[in-house]
Amino acid sequence: MQSLYKKPKTLIDTPTHFCPGCGHGIVLRLIAEIIDAWNIRGRTIGLAPVGCAVLAYNYLDIDMCEAAHGRPPAVATGIKRVHPDHMVFAYQGDGDLAAIGTAEIIHAANRGENITFIFVNNAVYGMTNGQMAPTTLLGQKTITTPSGREPLNYGHPIRICELLAVLDGSSYLERVSISSPENIRKTKKALEKGFKTQREKKGFSLIEILSPCPIYWRMDANESMRYIDEEMTRTFPLGVVKDWEHKN
Amino acid sequence: MTEKIILAGFGGQGMMLLGKLLAQTAMIEGKYVTFFPSYGTEVRGGTAVYHLIISNEEIFSPLIEIADTLIIMNQPSYQKFKGMLKPEGLLIVNSSMVKVDSSVKSKVYKVPATELASKLGNVLVSNIIILGAYLAIRKLFSADHIMKQLREMLKNKKRELFTTNKQALESGIKVIKSLK
Amino acid sequence: MKQLLTGNEAAAEAAIQAGCRYYYGYPITPQNELINYMAIRMPQVGGTFIQAESEIAAINMVYGSAAAGGRAMTSSSSPGISLKQEAISYLAGSELPCVIVNIQRGGPGLGDISASQADYFQAVKGGGHGDYHLIVLAPSSVQEMADLVYDAFDLADKHRNPVMILGDAQIGQLMEPMEFSKKPREVFPLKDWALTGAEGRKRNVIKSFYPIKGQLEEFNAHLQKKYRTIREHEVRYEAINIHGADIVLVAYGTSARICKEVVKKSHQSEFKVGLIRPITLWPFPEQVIKTMSERVQCILTVEMSAGQMVEDVRLAVEGKCPVHFYGRTGGGVPTSLEIMRKIAEVVPSNLIDKVNRILPLVEVK
Repeated sequence: MQSLYKKPKTLIDTPTHFCPGCGHGIVLRLIAEIIDAWNIRGRTIGLAPVGCAVLAYNYLDIDMCEAAHGRPPAVATGIKRVHPDHMVFAYQGDGDLAAIGTAEIIHAANRGENITFIFVNNAVYGMTNGQMAPTTLLGQKTITTPSGREPLNYGHPIRICELLAVLDGSSYLERVSISSPENIRKTKKALEKGFKTQREKKGFSLIEILSPCPIYWRMDANESMRYIDEEMTRTFPLGVVKDWEHKN
Repeated sequence: MTEKIILAGFGGQGMMLLGKLLAQTAMIEGKYVTFFPSYGTEVRGGTAVYHLIISNEEIFSPLIEIADTLIIMNQPSYQKFKGMLKPEGLLIVNSSMVKVDSSVKSKVYKVPATELASKLGNVLVSNIIILGAYLAIRKLFSADHIMKQLREMLKNKKRELFTTNKQALESGIKVIKSLK
Repeated sequence: MKQLLTGNEAAAEAAIQAGCRYYYGYPITPQNELINYMAIRMPQVGGTFIQAESEIAAINMVYGSAAAGGRAMTSSSSPGISLKQEAISYLAGSELPCVIVNIQRGGPGLGDISASQADYFQAVKGGGHGDYHLIVLAPSSVQEMADLVYDAFDLADKHRNPVMILGDAQIGQLMEPMEFSKKPREVFPLKDWALTGAEGRKRNVIKSFYPIKGQLEEFNAHLQKKYRTIREHEVRYEAINIHGADIVLVAYGTSARICKEVVKKSHQSEFKVGLIRPITLWPFPEQVIKTMSERVQCILTVEMSAGQMVEDVRLAVEGKCPVHFYGRTGGGVPTSLEIMRKIAEVVPSNLIDKVNRILPLVEVK
């Protein structure tokens, strides 16, 4: 009998701690699928952030490293310098990458570190009960923006891909989402491109993935997918922002 | 024998090299030596002061409280450090830039190092002229030994630079000899 | 062959000799000679040098290279070391071996750039969050700086623990003749826990997060057991003339050099001064201090701080004899005369005559 769908070998068979409707499980599965397909389990080292994905090392059957909040780009740099031929990726959320770790991601990009960054943007701090993220949309209600984010007090949502694009050291930047099967396929392609960028030693790659957080968006799963398509993408347009293979 | 020397001048007047030459030579001759820089916050122009101790015995504190010798390259350094010289100590000044007042009771040697260096075509060797003077007075090391260290330190630089430095050292020695 | 090097340069070269191939730093006075040396030297030996965007990034790069199995080092001075504390706690919690050099300067805050020993508490009591210890080594000469940095990498690997070298602006910038007497390290201990890619084996995970109730307590018990082993086996100190001494000084690093002068001068008199110089500040040489305290009339701790190590001396002495303190702060370095005067102030009255006879010996002439 032909099997059409099965659990990737690299994905550990265990219940996750993610909330119902969360996007992290989808992204982790995509990473596991690519590691299986490329047969690179033995030469891949991943980094988990602090935030909702803190336990990512419990789900991926590869060598993995924890990093302090926001520091994965620096820790990944240290790992990559020891194992320059291994596939090194850092998995980071919006608080980790775009707030507390802004300096580290900018300078990793600026050095052109040959590392792949997987940036899961759900516009909210999930693990600490739903506070504002640097990527929270204007008007979006969170625990710390109870009347909605307004720019005078809380600033604007940060567009990381566009921010990093101006640095000469960044090579591949793309924003994708996991709001539909089609978008999930595109996300997988973007992740593959990120790994390809690294394998071909083209330098810094980052894939920003718009991902749902139905719990702290106070929506059901379907609504949250629609929210990505109809609201999030207006602030965070999907598409390739920078690509070493197709320079403008 | 313990010789405690304070070297001071503008940053850029080469006190570091002067001290290092003496320290290196002392080390090779088997003496105990400590050489401690004390930078100001300015990189150029501020006062740079170095504490150099050469001894036949183990050196404990590398900081000098009372100096046997003061080598002073500019007026601000003179004002700042003249009080650290012991009464019967030795004061060598770059007289092109330092005016010595009557308050100093120790033996003073005035060497117009900046002028002499300009005559040699390189104002930067004023430190080596002063070094020559010091060697001629204290006779801790022979000029040959110092030249050997200097050659070593300048081995990757242009040959003319060594020649000028050699002339500078000789010129400093001559200034002292002509006094005697 | 003897060389004339600064303590900072000696630390850098000793790290290279010990097989350190990953150095990450950020400029700060008075440790700049170290990062400058590494910038030239690391590429020569095929190693990695990165001038990081911050001290925080530098220590996290060390974390990464240590996790990946490399010998890694960073260096800084007091304010920069404060910035590194978060990652130092993570390094301890993830049991990663590495070497951190602190060339202390005056504080608090931006302080100044001259020598200080005011980071003692930060170095030996934690500094970051959680129950942990660094192994802390305190050199008092350029030669010892080189020797201890070399040993630090072995100690770090042996115990899977970060090691801190606690120097100061004076030791860092001082030039003294020294030599590299140890062979360059070429063989390294096996690190089967390191992240090397899980080819043909179970995956390795480097982490300090134990969210399941009970696990963290178990892990802490493991750490404490390790710390006990280190306490039992790694204590280092130098003791000079402590037998028959009328008073014993306790001092480390730069302060200890000056105390040695007092000890030496006291030889010429009938008043005997001894010295215990802790080389490991953690583990602290408490046993030798305790034993000695049962035989002397009093102890004087000398530091370039407002009184930090003196607390550990008092804990070791357990009240068996008076423990006095002399300290300078804010860039002040004690002189031998100041120390002698303090001795005269604190000795029991039956010894004052003896002390007064040696005071002239330490007058600077």
